[in-house]
Amino acid sequence: MTATGIGASVKRKEDFRFLTGRGTYTDDINRPGQSHAYILRSPHAHAEIVKIDTAAAQSSPGVIAVFTGADYDKGGLPAGWQIHSKDGSPMVEPPHFPLCKDRVRHVGDQVALVIAETYAEAKDAAEKIDVTYKELPAIISTADADKPGKPQVWADAKNNVCYDWHLGDKAATEAAFAKAHHVTKIDLVNQRLVPNAMEPRAAVGDYDRATGEYTLYTTSQNPHVIRLLMGAFVLQIPEHKLRVVAPDVGGGFGSKIFHYAEEALVTWAAGKLHRPIKWTAERSESFLTDAQGRDHVSHAELAMDKDGKFLALRVSTIANMGAYLSTFAPCVPTYLYATLLAGVYTTPAIYAEVKAVFTNTVVVDAYRGAGRPEATYLLERLVDKAAREMKMDRVEIRRKNFISREAFPYQTPVALQYDSGDYDATLDGALKASDWAGFESRRAEARKRGKLRGIGISTYIEACGIAPSAVVGSLGARAGLYECGSIRVHPTGSVTVFTGTHSHGQGHETTFAQLVSDTLGISIDSVEVSHGDTNKIPFGMGTYGSRSLAVGGSAIVKAMDKIIAKAKRIAAHLMEASVADVEFKNGTFTVAGTDKSVPFGTVALTAYVPHNYPITELEPGLEETAFYDPLNFTYPGGCHICEVELDPDTGVTKIVNFTAVDDVGRVINPMIVEGQVHGGVAQGIGQALLESCVYDEQSGQLLTGSLMDYCMPRADDLPNFKVATQSTMCTHNPIGAKGVGEVGAIGSPPAIINAVIDALSPLGVQDISMPATPLKVWQAIQSAPAKMAAE
Amino acid sequence: MPTVEMTVNGKRASAQVEGRTLLVQFLREKLGLTGTHIGCDTSQCGACVVHVDGRAVKSCTLLAVQANGASVTTIEGVANGETLHPMQEAFRDNHGLQCGFCTPGMVMTAIDLVTNNASPSEEEIRHGLEGNICRCTGYHNIVKAVKAGAAAMKG
Ligand code: FES
Ligand code: FES
Repeated sequence: MTATGIGASVKRKEDFRFLTGRGTYTDDINRPGQSHAYILRSPHAHAEIVKIDTAAAQSSPGVIAVFTGADYDKGGLPAGWQIHSKDGSPMVEPPHFPLCKDRVRHVGDQVALVIAETYAEAKDAAEKIDVTYKELPAIISTADADKPGKPQVWADAKNNVCYDWHLGDKAATEAAFAKAHHVTKIDLVNQRLVPNAMEPRAAVGDYDRATGEYTLYTTSQNPHVIRLLMGAFVLQIPEHKLRVVAPDVGGGFGSKIFHYAEEALVTWAAGKLHRPIKWTAERSESFLTDAQGRDHVSHAELAMDKDGKFLALRVSTIANMGAYLSTFAPCVPTYLYATLLAGVYTTPAIYAEVKAVFTNTVVVDAYRGAGRPEATYLLERLVDKAAREMKMDRVEIRRKNFISREAFPYQTPVALQYDSGDYDATLDGALKASDWAGFESRRAEARKRGKLRGIGISTYIEACGIAPSAVVGSLGARAGLYECGSIRVHPTGSVTVFTGTHSHGQGHETTFAQLVSDTLGISIDSVEVSHGDTNKIPFGMGTYGSRSLAVGGSAIVKAMDKIIAKAKRIAAHLMEASVADVEFKNGTFTVAGTDKSVPFGTVALTAYVPHNYPITELEPGLEETAFYDPLNFTYPGGCHICEVELDPDTGVTKIVNFTAVDDVGRVINPMIVEGQVHGGVAQGIGQALLESCVYDEQSGQLLTGSLMDYCMPRADDLPNFKVATQSTMCTHNPIGAKGVGEVGAIGSPPAIINAVIDALSPLGVQDISMPATPLKVWQAIQSAPAKMAAE
Repeated sequence: MPTVEMTVNGKRASAQVEGRTLLVQFLREKLGLTGTHIGCDTSQCGACVVHVDGRAVKSCTLLAVQANGASVTTIEGVANGETLHPMQEAFRDNHGLQCGFCTPGMVMTAIDLVTNNASPSEEEIRHGLEGNICRCTGYHNIVKAVKAGAAAMKG
């Protein structure tokens, strides 16, 4: 391994600009003649728009235009995935116009768009818009949304049901339950979360009257997807007249995958007004409009034989979609959730039912992990409870049911085929690193100090590296999920890599440069990674579902294969050898059995200065593009162990140790990989202990609408993390990479809650819901069957 | 409209502003210093931290007119030309940043923290960073970076 090659913790190339304030985020971009947009939003969760009077706003200082739903003459925001219900009927797909036409369906819904010379003027003018609403009763609760007699969000969606879907073999599952020795049951809520990337969403729309080209600068994880959705479905602008640029993006975590109303509005209005228009969300708007995450209510049952072997699992879940369908919302609680319910276990029969419901709340879509944290939380809480009921050791019940390392490829009963893994290895690694064996003495020691100490475990798997196009197409995806990579070798031998993935914190500019510099044998400083601009990058599906290295990196490898193949032909010509005899290693072409050699740089120059060149057989130039469509999902997995100490007087939970041992496949840059795990675990801890998105059940007002009310993890809420990787290679992509972006958020929440329950178990407490806030823990202690013995 | 005048990163800067203009808006919009970020509207996130007369301040919490006559340092004024400040270098060495959005505020807060406490303990660092939210890193590497930066700043 070289100092900058595959496997080295190379310091990031992108850091210098971020550390010196030279990054360029969307809100940093200003176009000549730029105007500013403010969006007037609904104050009601559910209301008819009776009348909008914009006259006073139109004549307010600085105002250029005011638009309402009546003015908007283009299409609605599309859903990218179609789910069919059990009875074969397609999901209910309500219209989603960027400006509401006659009804608002959640607090924050777009009512009017004001464009003015300055943002302050636009905002002032919006206050002068007089909207007459007729308020309607709202439905907020996930669990109650499908009950008869509740307020209806959409006339077409009876009992607010978007779809009623299922997966698995119901008959086999029922049969296994019938002969079970014991059945463990659990009811769980996976609470709604707000992604809260630190950069608020922003969009700048621009229209060039000379060329008729539109440009949208936007905070997106996938600019080509936005171009496709907005161009083809919403505004009907063909791709060659629409450029989408996602420059530096300040975190996404899923929330910046989706196509949002504001992107369409600034682009549309820029075309109408012939002025660039900037819109930037205030944080309060982010809370009211960024797609939120999770929000499941589930019941699950696990059937076991007398030895604790899992016989069958049945799950029924209600998933909240919010008021509309966000871009990928329909697939999150189905194909990214129920398909994961085998987990790392050999459970032979599984049946899952998922009902998606509409409510008068902000849309819900993918948030770090998307479906897989929900599946993992359900399984790992259930398995812990099963162990308690069966009076079995928590580790042993898991081991007993693990898919063994010899069993791969392993076909689960819920559609997925795992390619590789070693769950005993990651479990053993985590048990050792966390000193699981020594825990009871730490518990006893803490007890002497009046503290309740607990330890919790989760062994998880996820499916990422999204995704084989044909497979997802058959499951309802309306797009392919391959990736595109392009390598441009310049005449002097430096290289620009164009990737369709997008980096918004993941460090692709470094990781991909390592991959390319190592493979081509050139200095990492000679490699530049370019992403985020549809006018530069041939195509792309973007970054989400931990796909960038596994899918995007593989496309880059395929493009490099083509480069090397062509370069070998040029080198063969230069060395007067047969192509079959040319070898390429460490940046040099050689002829086997001779001392002839020619460096990569010479071949590059020859490609562009083809004086001595096989011109009749080969085009000049050295640039190649490849598309890579994965053959399967990838399956990272691992074991997370959390140790907590509870203060019974205050209910405060302190995480004293957190250990993650993850199998993420091939690691290119260990420093970046560890950073990804840290960040994911922090979000998992946020979900387990701190964060919850709460609406008033009557009025539908968002009660946690600011960073003062929504508890984000801060530096003094979190511990240091012990993270390690223990990998098996992905068997079906050329890198062997599985993905790391989401594992932290997937594996950690159940480990933390299992630890809290373990700490409370001496008092007879069996359950605590997320987030396990001090109040909840304190109340659990107060109402526990057993009291804390006075020391 | 009032005129404000201040020294920003060692250079005199003045502009006419509306009374309601925040310092962060003045820096970003009037002076084009977009390294200082806006992450919230409730003074919670710390993405906007700059130094005003040597003290770390959330520039979204101050009107531009309140900084009239002050000396302001933003993230753009921290490095010495192309040579990073030891705290910036420590963030780079310890992978203390991912998306980079919280980073300018983190670095400005960290420099202030170390200026007031040359050898902060881990607990003091975590406490000192309370006003800065990072959604990407889980703080583990930021804490490491601040520790390393403190050591480097001692020289
Ligand atoms: S912008 Fe969030 S604290 Fe200033
Ligand atoms: S690095 Fe992204 S918010 Fe801190």
